Amino acid sequence: MILVDYTKCTGCRLCETVCSVMNTGACNPERSRIKIIRWEWEGLQIPTLCLQCDEPACVTVCPVKALSRNSGSGCVKLNLSLCIGCKLCMQACPFGAMSYDFIKKEMIKCEFCDGDPACVKFCETQALQFVDVSNASLRKKRSLGAQVLMAIGKSEGAL
Amino acid sequence: MTLKSKIAIIDLTKNEIRTEPISEKMRRLYLGGRGIGAHLIYNHVEPRTDPLGPGNVLVISAGILTGTMAPAASRVHFGGKSPVTNGFGSSNMGGYFGPELKFAGFEHLVIKGASPKPVYLWVHDGEIEIRDASHLWGKDTFETPQIIRDELEDEEIKVACIGLAGENQVRLANFRTGPKDSAGRTGTGCIAGSKKLKAIAVRGHQDLKLAHPKEALQYAKKVVDQIMSTKVAKAMSVDGTSFIWNVTNTSGLLEFYNGQVNKLENWRGLTIEAFEKYKTGMAGCFNCTVHCRHQFRINDGAWAGTFGEGPEYNTQTALGSFGADNWETLLVGWHLANKYGIDTTGWSNDVRGVMELYQRGIIDKEVTGGLDLSWDNANQLIPILLEQTAKKEGLGAILAEGSLGIIRELSKYSKDVEYYILHVKGLGKLGNVDRVQPSFALGIATSTRGADHLRSRPALDHYHLPEDVLKKLYGGYVSSDFRSYEGKARMVRWHELTYAVVDCIGTCKFQTVFFSPNLPAYKEWVNYLKYITGLEFTEEELFNIGERVYTLERMFNYREAGYTRKDDRIPERCIREPLKYGLPAIKGGHIDRKKFNKMLDEYYELHGWDKEGLPLPETLKRLELDEEPPYKLER
Repeated sequence: MILVDYTKCTGCRLCETVCSVMNTGACNPERSRIKIIRWEWEGLQIPTLCLQCDEPACVTVCPVKALSRNSGSGCVKLNLSLCIGCKLCMQACPFGAMSYDFIKKEMIKCEFCDGDPACVKFCETQALQFVDVSNASLRKKRSLGAQVLMAIGKSEGAL
Repeated sequence: MTLKSKIAIIDLTKNEIRTEPISEKMRRLYLGGRGIGAHLIYNHVEPRTDPLGPGNVLVISAGILTGTMAPAASRVHFGGKSPVTNGFGSSNMGGYFGPELKFAGFEHLVIKGASPKPVYLWVHDGEIEIRDASHLWGKDTFETPQIIRDELEDEEIKVACIGLAGENQVRLANFRTGPKDSAGRTGTGCIAGSKKLKAIAVRGHQDLKLAHPKEALQYAKKVVDQIMSTKVAKAMSVDGTSFIWNVTNTSGLLEFYNGQVNKLENWRGLTIEAFEKYKTGMAGCFNCTVHCRHQFRINDGAWAGTFGEGPEYNTQTALGSFGADNWETLLVGWHLANKYGIDTTGWSNDVRGVMELYQRGIIDKEVTGGLDLSWDNANQLIPILLEQTAKKEGLGAILAEGSLGIIRELSKYSKDVEYYILHVKGLGKLGNVDRVQPSFALGIATSTRGADHLRSRPALDHYHLPEDVLKKLYGGYVSSDFRSYEGKARMVRWHELTYAVVDCIGTCKFQTVFFSPNLPAYKEWVNYLKYITGLEFTEEELFNIGERVYTLERMFNYREAGYTRKDDRIPERCIREPLKYGLPAIKGGHIDRKKFNKMLDEYYELHGWDKEGLPLPETLKRLELDEEPPYKLER
């Protein structure tokens, strides 16, 4: 999964650019699978992208079974040769992760760039990390553990 | 294609809009951004026009690579005939406005004429509308973008706008976008005010198609890694450009009280460490991995709740140079200058000058409108004077006229006024020392936009690099001693032409050779121009473009303001008054007039300009500038 830490996001949106280049050959954030939502007067930048749900609403509603879960990568894949462009998936997804490429006139979603996501590769602050699902929460647990360590004065808190 | 972006000519008097493609020849000659912008300014400004009249134009120019994945390709230029210098007006900003302009299908907007009533431009996917802005007139630069987003119902719209200062035609008014970015210098916001142009809103969904996407992506990653491996990128990621303040301050490289001294008694409140209590995070401009933008919030006191991004080292040295002793004063000053849309650098310089006139008894409270301009009052004066300037009230009415206007207005009190208002070609000087480094002095003296560091400053001159490294970089002997005059003409020329190329490309100067010889320069530019646009240039061809652009700006300055050798000067103070403090290498430093003149001769010769600093006919021919309209007009 792509683990998001919004506190590390600087809002540079390089992820959007490289995603669009990787998938379309053009720089165009509007065709990116990842989107940074920026609250400029709060100083907050929130990366949003497909969360690859275990029970994806998009898969459930797809009338032609163009969407399916890849058991290996855990990624929800879109088979464009089956897709009829009804956009039901876009309506059903609670996270806005299904987008419409208005230039190619087809649905788009994050599919992990075949296992090597460009957005993660270019994210200098590691606000985005490509991790194994089984280890993802352990990272957070360690982070909590480190805070305890710091609180009792055994560490400077460096992880 | 990245090369399909267009030029739009917008006539506010006639309410007409037309578009032109950018020809391959124009790309070969001027590349993009500041270069094509200079060509457009040179050709569209009516010669010798009033900068505040309809004959002036406002030209907005994104770089050839702006909006692409070239590192930090966020930059956009605002230019025209400067109401500050009467010469070449040109200022550059980052953020997200420039890329969005490209996604909307445009690289350059040429705004001519003047509207009878307030308007704003709505630029979106190949279309441009001139819309009523009566309801925006009087709004500040923070409110204006949101009102436009609300009425056009799109939160992703990027807006560049002017504030109260621009509306009131304050000479140093700027263009701003978002919490942080300003095209700060040379008064382009003032030009917009004279045209009743409040804002430019842009939104685009168009592709910038890459010539070689796969190679471009791989190469971008390589260059990002190269940038992030440098110490300067790491330092900027944490402390922004302010990372150098502590060093320059303690070595004696900052001027205070209008350059009277290079030491501040109460400096501890202004360090980067003292800033920590306000800092909430770091943000990045479009596609920038360095993310040097501080985010800050003031948590208590009269200004509690104030949020902003920045400020820069340059603002720290500007607003922190006349007696302010704490960050809160700087942050409030920065906040207000941004809100009203005023160039902090130029404004601070002018205020410093006027405060020294008060210190010396040349002006009194009658002139200041009752204000006590003692240096001790800086903390209180900054917000008051910023508001007065934006509104042209009280002393602000004089400050609003910029360095040249202040000299004109106050010289009736003493013939020495000109000595104390430090400027080059009418643009105020920065708050840092440039009298101990001949290269810095030559840079501000010859800069085509007046006293400014971003035209040519060779920061590398302070690094004491081995002379063989310098020789390789600059193609001839350059002394590694920053106090030496030897080879510095060559060094300055190389940097000014190189920075012109960066400005044509549209990437951030701080991710180039400006700060480190290990940051990208010609080799990298040749490559990513090839991968992204498909255009093939040699390093020499790019350098020649820089030279062409710089020379054209020079021609504009002569045509419009008659600027020649006499104007390639530095403030007299830098010659007459040796530095009183600082490290042994710095203390006592000042510019030697004779050596400076010799250096100027060398500089002109390297450029192929005559003794007066005007391009020789063979230089114009070599640079194909003889195809431009003549710059020597009959007076």
